[in-house]
Amino acid sequence: MLEVDIEHRLADFTLDVHYRAGRGVTALFGRSGAGKTSVINAIAGLLHPRKGRIVMDGTVLLDTEHDVCVPSHRRRVGYVFQEGRLFPHLTVRQNLLFGRWFSPARERRAAILDDVVDLLDLSAVLDRRPGRLSGGEKQRVAIGRALLANPRLLLMDEPLASLDARRKDEILPYLERLRDEARIPIVYVSHSVSEVTRLATTIVLISAGRVHAVGPVQEIMGRAEHYPLTGRFEAGAVLAVRVAAHDLRWNLTQLTAQFGNLTVPRLDSPVGTALRVRIRARDVILAVAPPTGISALNVLAAKVEQLVPIEDTALEVQLRLGGGERLLARLTRRSAETLGLAAGREVFAVIKTIAIDRRNLSRRDEIADFDDEVETFDS
Amino acid sequence: MFDFTAAEIEAVRLSLRVALWAMLGSLPFGLATAMVLARGRFWGKSVLDGVVHLPLVMPPVVTGYLLLLLFGRHGPLGRLLDEWFGIVFAFRWTGAALASAVMGFPLLVRAIRLSLDAVDGRLEEAAGTLGAGRLFVFAVVTLPLIAPGIIAGMVLSFARSLGEFGATITFVSNIPGETRTIPSAIYTLTQTPGGDIGALRLTIVSIALSFIALITADLLALRLGRRLSGD
Repeated sequence: MLEVDIEHRLADFTLDVHYRAGRGVTALFGRSGAGKTSVINAIAGLLHPRKGRIVMDGTVLLDTEHDVCVPSHRRRVGYVFQEGRLFPHLTVRQNLLFGRWFSPARERRAAILDDVVDLLDLSAVLDRRPGRLSGGEKQRVAIGRALLANPRLLLMDEPLASLDARRKDEILPYLERLRDEARIPIVYVSHSVSEVTRLATTIVLISAGRVHAVGPVQEIMGRAEHYPLTGRFEAGAVLAVRVAAHDLRWNLTQLTAQFGNLTVPRLDSPVGTALRVRIRARDVILAVAPPTGISALNVLAAKVEQLVPIEDTALEVQLRLGGGERLLARLTRRSAETLGLAAGREVFAVIKTIAIDRRNLSRRDEIADFDDEVETFDS
Repeated sequence: MFDFTAAEIEAVRLSLRVALWAMLGSLPFGLATAMVLARGRFWGKSVLDGVVHLPLVMPPVVTGYLLLLLFGRHGPLGRLLDEWFGIVFAFRWTGAALASAVMGFPLLVRAIRLSLDAVDGRLEEAAGTLGAGRLFVFAVVTLPLIAPGIIAGMVLSFARSLGEFGATITFVSNIPGETRTIPSAIYTLTQTPGGDIGALRLTIVSIALSFIALITADLLALRLGRRLSGD
C-alpha cells in the first residue's frame, strides 16, 4: 500500500496530488507536463515537496509536518528513468550489481543476478559498456539494475518513451513478466494509452498537477467523461478474458468471460491464460436486432447505459455487457437517432475479429479486482 | 654538448622533485576547491573563485613576496607550521614546491571544475536511488567521470611547476642544491661567463620534459575517453 499526499509549487502550476494504491502496477497517467514525474520524484526523494506525507507499507518516507524526510538512498525505491541513466564507465554487469552493495545482506538473496539476467535476456551484453547498447537493451539494463537493488517499490518514468514501436513491443512482455513474477508494486508513469491498458492494475489520472480519478483500468478507460485526459481517438474498453480454445483450422482463438465469447486471431497463449483485451470504441458496431448474414464473428448482447455526445457528428454509447463489464461504441448521431438508442435499450454489439490484433491483447495480472469503485475528484 | 655538469643534473632532479610534490600536494586541495566551486552554493563564492585565480593574474614576484610574508620563518603561518609539525618552507626545496603549487593551483582547479560541470548530475541521482550514500557516489560515479579532467589538471600543474621562476626566487631564493630548479639554474648560467652552453642544455631538457608530460596526459585521456564511450 502506497499513500501519497503532496503539495508543491512547480514552475507553472501547483502540484496537489493525493492517492492510495495497492499491489500491482499503478499507472500515473496524463499528458506531458501534468506533473506525473514530479510525483514519482517525490516518492523517490529526488524532489522535496513543500508539504506532504508519503507512506509505503507503513514506513513513513516523508512527513513534512513531523520533519521526516528519508534521504533518497535510504528509501529502497528502485527508479527506472526515462533516459536509462546507466553509468557509462561501468560494464553492464557492474551497472546491474551497483545497488547490491547497499541492500541489507540478509535480503540480498532475494534478487539473484542470474534470475534478472534471464528475465530480461541480458546474458549476451553483460561485459559491454552502455555506450555500445541499443536503446532497448539500455532500458532493459536500467530495469535490471533497479530490480537488483532489492527495492520495495519500483518507479518507472516512461521507460519506453524514447523507443520506437518495435522496441516497445520487445520490452512490454518483460514488463508484464515483471509485474506477474517479481511481485514488487510498480508505479508506472506514462501518457500512452496502449502501455497503460496493457500493464496497469490501477490508473491514477493526473492533469495539471491534480488527480482526476483513481480506479481499475477497466473502469477508467471505458468512460467518456475522462476523454479529455485519456484521449478520444484511442478510447476503448478493457475486458478481462481467458483463453478458452484454439481453432487450428481457421487460425483463431476463442476467448471467454462472463459476457460470453470473443473470437480473435490465433494467439500463442495456452488455454486458461488470463488476458486483457482492449476494444476501441471506433471498432464496435451496434444493432437493435440480432444481426444475420454478416461477416463479423463477435456479437455480444448489451444494454445501453448512457449516450455521451463527443463531437458534432459522433457520440459515444456506454454499454453494459451480460457480466456487468463495460463496453464503448462510437456512432454517428444520425445512426443513434435512426436506431432510437436510449438508456436502457437492449442492443447487440458487433466486433470484427480482425479489428482485435495482438496489440490489443496482453497478459493480465490477477490482482485486479473488477468491481472496485472508481473515485472521481472534481477540481 | 651533452656533458651535464653535476650542478645541472642536480637542478633537473630538483625540478622534477619540486614539480612532483607541488602536483601531488595540491591535488586534494584542488579537488576540494573545485567541488566547492562547482557544486557549492554559499555567500562569497565569487570571492573564493577570485582568490583561487589570483596567482594567474598577479605578477609572480608579488605572489612570492606574499608567500614570504605568510610562510617565512617569522610569518604567521610559517611559524605555526614550524612549531606544530616541524615543517619549514623558507629557503628550502619544500618552499619551492609550495610556490609552484600555488602558481599551478588555478590551472588545476579550472581543469577539474570544468570536468565536474560536465558530469551529468542525473547519474549521481540515479546512484542515490540505488542506495549509494553521497561519499560513495562521489568515489564510484563522480570521480571516475572526472578522471580525464583531474589528469589534465595534474599535467598543467606539473608543467607550470617546471617553469616556475618569479615566485620561487622571491620566496626561497636561488640556493644551489636546495632551491635552484631548472629556470633558476638557466638564469644563473646566463649571468655567468661561459654559461651559455649549460643554459642551452637545460633549455633542451626543459622542452623535452614538457613534451613528455603533454604526451603522457594525452595518452591517458585517450584511454579513459575510450572507456567512457564504451569501447
